[in-house]
Amino acid sequence: MNSDKNTNAGDIIQDVTSGDYKYGFVSDIDTEIIPVGLSEDVVRLISAKKHEPQWLLEFRLKAYRHWLTLTPPTWGHLKMPAIDFQAISYYAAPVKKEGPKSLDEVDPDILHTFDRLGIPLEEQKQLSGMAVDAVMDSVSVKTTHKEALAEKGIIFCSISEAVRDYPDLVKKYLGSVVSYKDNFYAALNSAVFSDGSFVYIPKGVRCPMELSTYFRINASGTGQFERTLIVADDDSYVSYLEGCTAPMRDENQLHAAIVEIVVEDRAEVKYSTVQNWYAGDREGRGGVYNLVTKRGLCRGDYSKLSWTQVETGSAITWKYPSCVLAGRGSTGEFYSVAVTRNYQQADTGTKMIHLAPDTRSTIVSKGISAGRSENSYRGLVKVTPAADRARNYTQCDSLLLGSHCGAHTFPYVDVMNPTATVEHEATTSKISEDQMFYCAQRGIPAEEAVGLIVNGYAKEVMNKLPMEFAVEAQRLLSLTLEGSIG
Amino acid sequence: MSEQLLLKVRGLRAEIDGKEILNGIDLDIRPGEVHAIMGPNGSGKSTFSAVLAGNPAYKVTGGTVEFHGKNLLELSPEDRSHEGLFLSFQYPVEIPGVSMVNFMRAAVNAKRKYFNEPALSAGDFLKLMRRKRAIVELDNKLASRSVNEGFSGGEKKRNEIFQMAVLEPRLSILDETDSGLDIDALRVVAGGVNQLKTADNSTIVITHYQRLLDYIRPDFVHVLYKGRIVRTGGPELALELEEKGYDWLKQL
Repeated sequence: MNSDKNTNAGDIIQDVTSGDYKYGFVSDIDTEIIPVGLSEDVVRLISAKKHEPQWLLEFRLKAYRHWLTLTPPTWGHLKMPAIDFQAISYYAAPVKKEGPKSLDEVDPDILHTFDRLGIPLEEQKQLSGMAVDAVMDSVSVKTTHKEALAEKGIIFCSISEAVRDYPDLVKKYLGSVVSYKDNFYAALNSAVFSDGSFVYIPKGVRCPMELSTYFRINASGTGQFERTLIVADDDSYVSYLEGCTAPMRDENQLHAAIVEIVVEDRAEVKYSTVQNWYAGDREGRGGVYNLVTKRGLCRGDYSKLSWTQVETGSAITWKYPSCVLAGRGSTGEFYSVAVTRNYQQADTGTKMIHLAPDTRSTIVSKGISAGRSENSYRGLVKVTPAADRARNYTQCDSLLLGSHCGAHTFPYVDVMNPTATVEHEATTSKISEDQMFYCAQRGIPAEEAVGLIVNGYAKEVMNKLPMEFAVEAQRLLSLTLEGSIG
Repeated sequence: MSEQLLLKVRGLRAEIDGKEILNGIDLDIRPGEVHAIMGPNGSGKSTFSAVLAGNPAYKVTGGTVEFHGKNLLELSPEDRSHEGLFLSFQYPVEIPGVSMVNFMRAAVNAKRKYFNEPALSAGDFLKLMRRKRAIVELDNKLASRSVNEGFSGGEKKRNEIFQMAVLEPRLSILDETDSGLDIDALRVVAGGVNQLKTADNSTIVITHYQRLLDYIRPDFVHVLYKGRIVRTGGPELALELEEKGYDWLKQL
């Protein structure tokens, strides 16, 4: 008679797309957490804990005072409960254990945590072509390969160290791309940011290895507010990657980061993100609110900034990595794969602001929605009157896995120069039962088939990731959509 | 009849969306045999192949199917594949962005896993691909392209036989493999099928036309009509059908 295993392809996809999170463990590490709540005193306390100079405290206080005048943005296609900003602790740091230890020594429990995440912090264990800054909760716990990079004049360290050791550089660039006035979460971050990475590539230097920051939330009841600043001086090149995970908790945790990038004449920055914050459970309980402002300024002529993101985690994602193309002939790129499943919501995209002649931008966005999730692309292409012969190409595809999820596209195009060329293509598709059956007939199990099909769909973007991470990201994309088949 | 049956179908009934398509099919296939199933449009030929392969769109409502002694209907579609059942699709589906190499590696290694064998190394796998490609004169470029994407009708069918060559099934079902093929492509495809023929594996050829049977010689020809096999004969039956058409069936 009819076999029980002959479930229909829709059910299989449903099962396959609601699998479990592999990074949800909590590490038992002594952590100092300041009391919940936000006030000027808290801002002062954070600054004092980090032994910051007066100018930075003032920067924070200005941001805080401005933040008080703002309300959270509501224009995203997101259902977000009101966040009680007084219920969050704004600083959590692993406590250094007592004893005679060298400055560089890291708590073995922390090393173990990063080992479990597949990010060994001992340099000899790492991929040879990669340096890592590991950030747990509010502080950077270790940056590897610093000395090797320093030989070429490259600065790669936590932003706290940069404030101490390179105050002039930080002062010059901090807030120059994303002002604290930019938006609600940018103001909040500017007031309370804890740690993050700082990168400076000097003139004419091609960074010999991938730089990478791995963000880990561990403590509960806290938020993470990191800040990354990358400066690529004339004729330099750097490829940078960030990864992130968090434990599984019933509460929602807030992650409000800022990434600022400055690209000078003929320099190139490639910024890749594999975002895998905890996304909440199958019923939508818990998960990280990922509310991030990322922007790069292509200030130099013929400079280039390329964003690649693979977004698989977070209960809510609200981020628009953008390029301000101010240098003549500068290029901005945005390649994105955003996966939502269960009750995840993502409103993500980019802004390409063409300010100068002969600027070019490319946007390739691949949304994948499953379960009861909502996945929106929101993008702005703006061509100002000065941007003669500006070109933009946008491709915006949505893949639906199942019939209870949503895919939405909100493209904004604002062209004020008649010589500009702006193209937009969009498609929506589903994994068909025919494709699933074809794979099954060839012996490929359903979860693997979904993984193959989804990776095939996202290939154009995955190909943009640095080699070392492409394999990992492909695996993640398959794992994210994997689960037990009932 | 001393030999064990490879496929034993008894009273097979199946429906789609509540509409009965297969109406009690009986069929015996021994190792090494080639069976042609012919019949007019809508007689249930493609449904029969889909049901054997386990397409979940169809519901089996009665009968039994044994495949080298196993209860085929209890197996998932992928296990039927591992056990040696291969369906060459009438309309092979496109899977954008998935290269043939990755697709076939997933298929080969899934089968090896089923039999508790280690996955093939990349080198051994590529060697296997190269060897099998030659059988259907499939060039290297085709193998690196996405599954069936942008393939011509003939390329798609050659690609099906290529996959058959790689998976080495015990029973291959060729569902209207000749449709949409010009005479040269037909020759290549049929040549591939014949090269893969052994004394142990069997083939079901589903076709409207006698033409394909000039290249792939059947041992038996069955006529399917209204979901049942109404006549069985040797190769001469196909010639008779070619001559008389299917109208005579209506008088049955």
